[in-house]
Amino acid sequence: MSQVAHKKRIGAEAVESKGWLRAHKWLILRRLSQFGILGLFLLGPLAGLWIVKGNLNYSHTLGLLPLTDPYVALQALFAGHVPEKLGLIGLAIALAFYLLVGGRVYCSWVCPVNVVTDAAGWLRDRLGIKGASSISRNTRYWILGMTLLGSALSGVVLWELVNPVSMLHRGLIFGMGAAWTVVIAVFLLDLFVMNRGWCGRLCPVGAFYSLVGRWSPLRISAPLRTACNDCMDCFEVCPEPQVIRPALKGEGKGVGPVILAPACTNCGRCIDVCSKEVFTYGLRFNNPASTVTLVKVQPETK
Amino acid sequence: MNPKNSTPPKSGAARRQFLFDSARMVCGVGLLGLGLGFYAKRAKALPALALRPPGALPEDDFLGACIRCGLCVRDCPYNTLELAKPETPVATGTPYFTARNIPCEMCEDIPCVKACPTKALDHALTDINQAKMGVAVLIDHETCLNFLGLRCDVCYRVCPVIDKAITLEMLPNERTGRHAMFLPTVHSEHCTGCGKCEKSCVLEEAAIRVLPPKLAKGELGHHYRVGWDEQKKAGRSLIDESKMLDLPDRLPEGAQLPGHYDPASGHTAPARGLPGSEAGAIPSLPPGLGGKP
Repeated sequence: MSQVAHKKRIGAEAVESKGWLRAHKWLILRRLSQFGILGLFLLGPLAGLWIVKGNLNYSHTLGLLPLTDPYVALQALFAGHVPEKLGLIGLAIALAFYLLVGGRVYCSWVCPVNVVTDAAGWLRDRLGIKGASSISRNTRYWILGMTLLGSALSGVVLWELVNPVSMLHRGLIFGMGAAWTVVIAVFLLDLFVMNRGWCGRLCPVGAFYSLVGRWSPLRISAPLRTACNDCMDCFEVCPEPQVIRPALKGEGKGVGPVILAPACTNCGRCIDVCSKEVFTYGLRFNNPASTVTLVKVQPETK
Repeated sequence: MNPKNSTPPKSGAARRQFLFDSARMVCGVGLLGLGLGFYAKRAKALPALALRPPGALPEDDFLGACIRCGLCVRDCPYNTLELAKPETPVATGTPYFTARNIPCEMCEDIPCVKACPTKALDHALTDINQAKMGVAVLIDHETCLNFLGLRCDVCYRVCPVIDKAITLEMLPNERTGRHAMFLPTVHSEHCTGCGKCEKSCVLEEAAIRVLPPKLAKGELGHHYRVGWDEQKKAGRSLIDESKMLDLPDRLPEGAQLPGHYDPASGHTAPARGLPGSEAGAIPSLPPGLGGKP
């Protein structure tokens, strides 16, 4: 019995108190965003409706809006090549956007590999796979540095030779070929080898975007953290659980409720699974050291 | 315990841990980088039959400038271009075409170059006739129908730069002795490498193929001066021709050159079979059928 109680699904409490829909609100919106963006790219080749041309590395929307992936552009810069005018404009727009909303919004709201690794994470939880190998979450920053240095040394946009993110997205739009094998490899890595291995430890794209979002105003905040009942659901559902603790448990240590760690993907799953509605999207600046006053307004919940 | 060592061990251990962790990362990630580097080096060896779009930078630069977006592929009206898949021997995600499948149609407005958000396709290319995607080479003289003495001419006819990039050079057909061969001849300074010739070659395997200029072209020594060009430039011979010595010609033992004047002996070999000699340029009957050789 205790085993069964222990295996309680993540977010079960939230579903009970808020209803299924509200307990999955941000997840659903995120999937809509991911598949919506992919759908826009696919409308051209599948239906002949050319709203967006290109792929995530660079796209041209309605012949008006250029968007350049800053990480790919940076590798090209390190290799000694400056983009053309449209490429540069697209670079500025994309950078400005992610500087504002948080770099890793790319990971959780746009990147197609996120769906793959989330699926692996979900299945890992359902199958109860535990205790696999692990490497430091900082590995990705080292890989990021290596790809930039390597681009400079080899004169090739280095990570694009093997990048599973662009392979999957480009594959879906331009023809998959053997890119499936890479996607499956990432899935199996996350499922059997490492918990949150790809997005959380290895991927230099996410590492780059987390640096871009280092000072982004839009952040997840835990203003009602004193209502936390330590159910641990947010830690279990979070792809980067290490980012939660300082903000959630910072009361009395002079740490504000805003999750400032740049690795946070702003995915909002913690908001969904919390039955106490501790978390919310907020601004970095709204970060008082103490949030006790806030919880007094909150009526007693069960 | 030595009190002197009681505080430093902690920071010392932390420092050691930090150094070990860093070393582990540098080694692990460095190994990955080394592998990627060698892969990148191999990726630069573009297969000979994979051609880059018009205006593409040399392969070394191209792989550093191209961001693999596929805009050139999208704006090509003939579906010529495709993005390399991971299993193709072309750097993943970069655009290329295979002339034998779909050649470049040489659009006058060059939409693929215009679409490129980087300098991977050089925007300075505005005249498609200046493109250098490769150079056509009549690679097999043994199977080309025109070399067999037939009048195929297809590569010549489809060439968008006809009579400049490909000409038909007439030579006597020594097999029949009474016909001409019209040999398709590529002039590299006009050839754009569009691949129409390779696409339309009627053989099972094309006898004419577009190759990267690096493979297709020789290069004269930079100190070479071609005498007749220099003479034309100067308007006169660059040497005093009256003082020129004609040295005795060495011929292989027993060899005969009809009509040859040997300045050493002052002897002229008989000129049979040459124009103006009694036999004429072309024998009246093919050799072996009783005519004079």
